[in-house]
Amino acid sequence: MSTGLATDPVFLAQREFHPFEAGGETFLYLVPSAAVFHLDEPSLGVLQALDTGAASEDALVTELAPRFGEHTVRRSLGELVRVQAIGLTTAPKETFPRVLPQADFPLTTMVLNVTNKCNLACTYCYEYGEDKIVDTTCDPAPTYMSEETARQSVDFMFEQSGDLPVAHLTFFGGETLLNFKVLEKTVAYARERARELGKDVDFSLTTNGTLLRDKVIDWLADNRIGVTVSIDGPKEMQDKFRVFKNGMGSYDYAMPKIKRLLERHRTRPIGARVTLTRQTLDVTRIFHHLRNELGFWEVGFAPVTTADQRGYAIEDAGFDRMLGQFEELAQEFLEFAVDDRHHGFSNVKDTIEEIHKGVSKAFPCGAGLGLMGVATDGDVALCHRFAGSDDHSIGSVHTGLDRKRQFEFLGHHHVANKTDCNTCWARPLCAGGCYHEAHVRYGDTGVANLHYCDWIRSWTNTCLEVYGEIAVKNPGYLEQFES
Amino acid sequence: MDHLKAINQKARRIQEHVEPPVPSAAPADPGDLDVVGLESRQGPHIPLGCSLVFAPGWEVDSTGGTAGLCQPVERDLFDCHLACFWPAHVPDQLNHAPDWTGKCAAAQKDWRKIDLIFP
Repeated sequence: MSTGLATDPVFLAQREFHPFEAGGETFLYLVPSAAVFHLDEPSLGVLQALDTGAASEDALVTELAPRFGEHTVRRSLGELVRVQAIGLTTAPKETFPRVLPQADFPLTTMVLNVTNKCNLACTYCYEYGEDKIVDTTCDPAPTYMSEETARQSVDFMFEQSGDLPVAHLTFFGGETLLNFKVLEKTVAYARERARELGKDVDFSLTTNGTLLRDKVIDWLADNRIGVTVSIDGPKEMQDKFRVFKNGMGSYDYAMPKIKRLLERHRTRPIGARVTLTRQTLDVTRIFHHLRNELGFWEVGFAPVTTADQRGYAIEDAGFDRMLGQFEELAQEFLEFAVDDRHHGFSNVKDTIEEIHKGVSKAFPCGAGLGLMGVATDGDVALCHRFAGSDDHSIGSVHTGLDRKRQFEFLGHHHVANKTDCNTCWARPLCAGGCYHEAHVRYGDTGVANLHYCDWIRSWTNTCLEVYGEIAVKNPGYLEQFES
Repeated sequence: MDHLKAINQKARRIQEHVEPPVPSAAPADPGDLDVVGLESRQGPHIPLGCSLVFAPGWEVDSTGGTAGLCQPVERDLFDCHLACFWPAHVPDQLNHAPDWTGKCAAAQKDWRKIDLIFP
């Protein structure tokens, strides 16, 4: 619009994005929209011309027209402005609106801590180890969840799931299978309730594998229960921290049972979940042992959650080593994906799915929103990791959800509140990271996990590169993520 | 778009937003031939112009009654140039008189505090 006044020329500048290269092509990851666009040469030229600072449209055209022609440069500029890769210098920085979800946001997944007891004594355990947040020895909460509380939890889950056609119920512990009796009854009850309500219910559980008797395995298979086994890899790594109370390693004891599980339970893919520590950082070896030698369908890794002074905490050099190995496996994943083959490194697959969908998160995860954890006494927590912690309770399955506390929590934890994240290009996917990790590290669930920012950015960049290369070489592979 | 190619689902949605698909040249559905004045055919229906909206203060108020009528001055000042983008009769508040309505917190009460502006 012309004001009729003599004004300075309009200047254009880069807005927020992260460029990356893959398969010999250049792509843009736009922030905060999380859109991925492929750039042709003129658009790349425009962005490079703005690398050194803002420029007027005419100056850009003058500079680039000899290479691409005036018409092309102007069209390319228009497209980059429309997707907000570049914009007027006078335009305000895009703010991330602190919009909270609607009050009756449906519950997708409920994690039931059926017991807080475990037959192992893993040194790094966040429930019993040095960094525990609930006093599990003097806690008045029952060791085992009662059948009645489990039934009320199921009712709570269906009530909170709103209009969703499927509810996901995950059993967790402690060692989940120590309360097998209640598991059996709860699954039967949840199926019955689902039938009455015309809904579907999906079950999964996490176990350390030591209590997988044949009867249990058959029950898991018959009931199509998804199983994740917590396991740290080959014997010497598993036995480092995943030990019985007398210090004996659990590998030899659990392995025959895990092998039987993998043989007999064919109704759902079985996953392995590995905790990485400073002493057990051989990611590629762990992956190949679990995926190729044992036959787990998927293997996922997470660094141990711990205060930084612990002996098993991963230090900076360890993060670099971990990243190098993650990159190696990501490369392998890429080769498999190009040939339409399943690889099984779930960390990269999960991130690629989020990249393909263009997820831009207001909260790092669904805790306290679409996912909640229930403690053995029926207290509802943000997630299973906070189950039993009074400070992080947002209600009870007996008395209902405390909406006020839930929304206070969400209001306080929105990514817009994390000033450290406001300038980071990886925030659409990270949003500050795990609340529990932040609580253990900094004593505050609302703080961004600054100790792994560099790691997250490097890893996200790797996943973007893998994504871009798949998009170039085998775009059909990505269709599986479109629902 | 010729120079940017949408790769992920979010990029495709942005592309559809900034560059709506061109309607096909197929024969129009007779229902589509209705002439709807000033109606945007993409996105939600937002009628343009005060003659298409029952703005309180014109004929009847939003409840169909007349209780909120007869506020012509403030309606002229605020409704027309804010809702209808018709700024001709008010000062240029972007450049020339940014504080013109500074003392007018509630139009119905404070409209007399709006001063004249001299070029």
